[in-house]
Amino acid sequence: MAAAFDIATTILVFGLAYAMLLFIISVGLSITMGLMGFVNLAHGAFAMVGGYITVKLVAPMGVPYLLALVIAFFLVAALGVVMDRLLYRHVYGRPELDQVLFTIGIVFASVAGVSFVWGPDPQNILLPEILLGDIDLGFKNIPIYRAFMIVAGGVIVAALFFGLERTKIGAQVRAAVDNRRMAESCGIPTGRLFTIIFALGSGMAALGGGLGIQILGGLKPVFAFEYLVIFLIVVAVGGLGNIRGTFVAALLLGIIDFAGKYFLPEGGGFFIYGVTFIVLLWRPHGLFGKA
Amino acid sequence: MFRFTTGTILAGSLALAAAAEAREIKVGFIAPKSGGAAQLGDQLEKGARLYIKLHAKELGGDTIKLIVRDSKRPGGPIAKAAAQELIAREKVEILGGVIFSPNAMSIAPLATAAKVPFVVMNAGTSWITTLSPNIARVSFTMWQAGFIMGEHAANALGCKTAISGYTNYPPGKDSVAAFKRGFEGAGGKVIDSIPMGGPREAPDFTPFFQRVKDKNPNCFYVFVPGGNHAAGASKTFVALGMKQAGIKFIGPGDLTHDLQLQSIGPAIAGTTIAIHYHADLENPVNAAYRKAFKAEYGKDAVNDFVSVGGYDGMAAVFHIIKSAKGGKITADSAIKALRGWTHDSPRGKISIDPVTRDIVQNIYVAEVVDDNGTLRHKTLKTIEAVKDKCKELKIGRCGK
Repeated sequence: MAAAFDIATTILVFGLAYAMLLFIISVGLSITMGLMGFVNLAHGAFAMVGGYITVKLVAPMGVPYLLALVIAFFLVAALGVVMDRLLYRHVYGRPELDQVLFTIGIVFASVAGVSFVWGPDPQNILLPEILLGDIDLGFKNIPIYRAFMIVAGGVIVAALFFGLERTKIGAQVRAAVDNRRMAESCGIPTGRLFTIIFALGSGMAALGGGLGIQILGGLKPVFAFEYLVIFLIVVAVGGLGNIRGTFVAALLLGIIDFAGKYFLPEGGGFFIYGVTFIVLLWRPHGLFGKA
Repeated sequence: MFRFTTGTILAGSLALAAAAEAREIKVGFIAPKSGGAAQLGDQLEKGARLYIKLHAKELGGDTIKLIVRDSKRPGGPIAKAAAQELIAREKVEILGGVIFSPNAMSIAPLATAAKVPFVVMNAGTSWITTLSPNIARVSFTMWQAGFIMGEHAANALGCKTAISGYTNYPPGKDSVAAFKRGFEGAGGKVIDSIPMGGPREAPDFTPFFQRVKDKNPNCFYVFVPGGNHAAGASKTFVALGMKQAGIKFIGPGDLTHDLQLQSIGPAIAGTTIAIHYHADLENPVNAAYRKAFKAEYGKDAVNDFVSVGGYDGMAAVFHIIKSAKGGKITADSAIKALRGWTHDSPRGKISIDPVTRDIVQNIYVAEVVDDNGTLRHKTLKTIEAVKDKCKELKIGRCGK
């Protein structure tokens, strides 16, 4: 019994840490898809760039890790605004195929660009002392870094919920997701709103990229491709544009992925695809999506 | 009529003279130059090019043209297409290189069909040499290190139980099979064997390693390809506090690959590996190799086992060329020359087994030690002239 409890808490802790990472990166993708109906496959590239900024700030320049994460957030958010204004606006009204081709092209360009500048080798960072080692919860020791991920993820989730449910901008976003034309005719500037959300989503992706280096086995240029499928799965399972849905989907998939690999290493990696399959058969628009 | 004959003879002798003066031998070299394993391909090529540079004079005016092709991924198709192109269009006389086993396996039938000798410089799955009579291997076989590590774990490290974890493709399966045979033959028991994702990209090792931690074996034997995978696996071992839990971390040398060793961090000290070469080996040939490697590629360049594979691979290519004595290089002439070939390598004396065409070499059991902040491999034990156990014992596909 004690052993079973121990295994259950292990899976919960590690699965939760992974789930938080999935949520932080996927939520921006979910909102841009839900709000503008815009398919941004380059979302993972923003996460990757955020990761590289974090690494390069920490290693050669000696910026503290947590500060580097914050800087990466703002830099990539700014990059998001630039990309939105310069490039993306040309494809917003276009058919989905155009959007997909355009953004996947950006992924290729970003992978090649990052390989060119920093090389194909994996980038690693040595975490600050404070994030190393274990923390004793009384009944169990868990790695501090995972605990940190869970807490950081929790804070971000709370802030997002508060922002969307309790602020004016949040109300406008919800209105625009529900019915964009109606929102526009009420005078909500959906274009500007989208730029803000896009910047926020990009910044979040960057944060996830920086947080994930330690968990995802080092940062490589192929990051932008490697995890794209997982992010899209989270968004699809959760339902487009729904923060609560994205959160539940991230929890579900993060914990199931860890548990699957833990109990059945031979085929554990496929569990999340099975879950996705079942959920989408049952609810084609995702757990919380609207038809 | 008379004039025509003179002209023919003249032209013929001129051509012969030109041939004797300088011949350019095209050598096809296949290695990952992009993607996750680009770093390994780079090391292999650095070793090969260094050998060519240092020994160019020995060919007496002949030159080698190394034609490099990118194998991109660990899987077969791209490497096979590259080999096809090298044979059919570039008309290479010798094929070489290859980091990943599936690359070598897909090229093997082409080497047979086109009668081109194929010098395998890294890929370590034991049965690769059985796939074509035109293959000779200068690198290593998974069974060499795996079997010895198994015996060492039971006899010297005192492990009674072990779990093996491996990257799920042929060399991984080979490596854990070899470990199991050695370990259980010496009285140990392997209680679990865990496939940990594929070779293309390093996964998050946490779920697999946490499973091992909870099962608490005496030894944890891990095979992962060198490079990214090795760094990820070692870091996870450290991060999960498995050392503090009393689990001994062991494996073939890929695990604490010299290239990644410093970035893993000092907590990896104490890991025991079995390998045919590590950068800190102490012998005169290796001292010279280390010096030359750093002189050529900078003081931070690391003379790892992959680079030595390229270096010795090119030594074998030189031997093939010299043995042909200006005549045509064929698969038969090349393999005949390599059977029983011996060479003073940075890893010690090596030879090619005349029967199996596979490498015979020393295997070193080494421990990672923290030498004032620099991590090094310290040799604990040397087992001389180790043959491929898989073929000796005729296991599975090695028996063919």
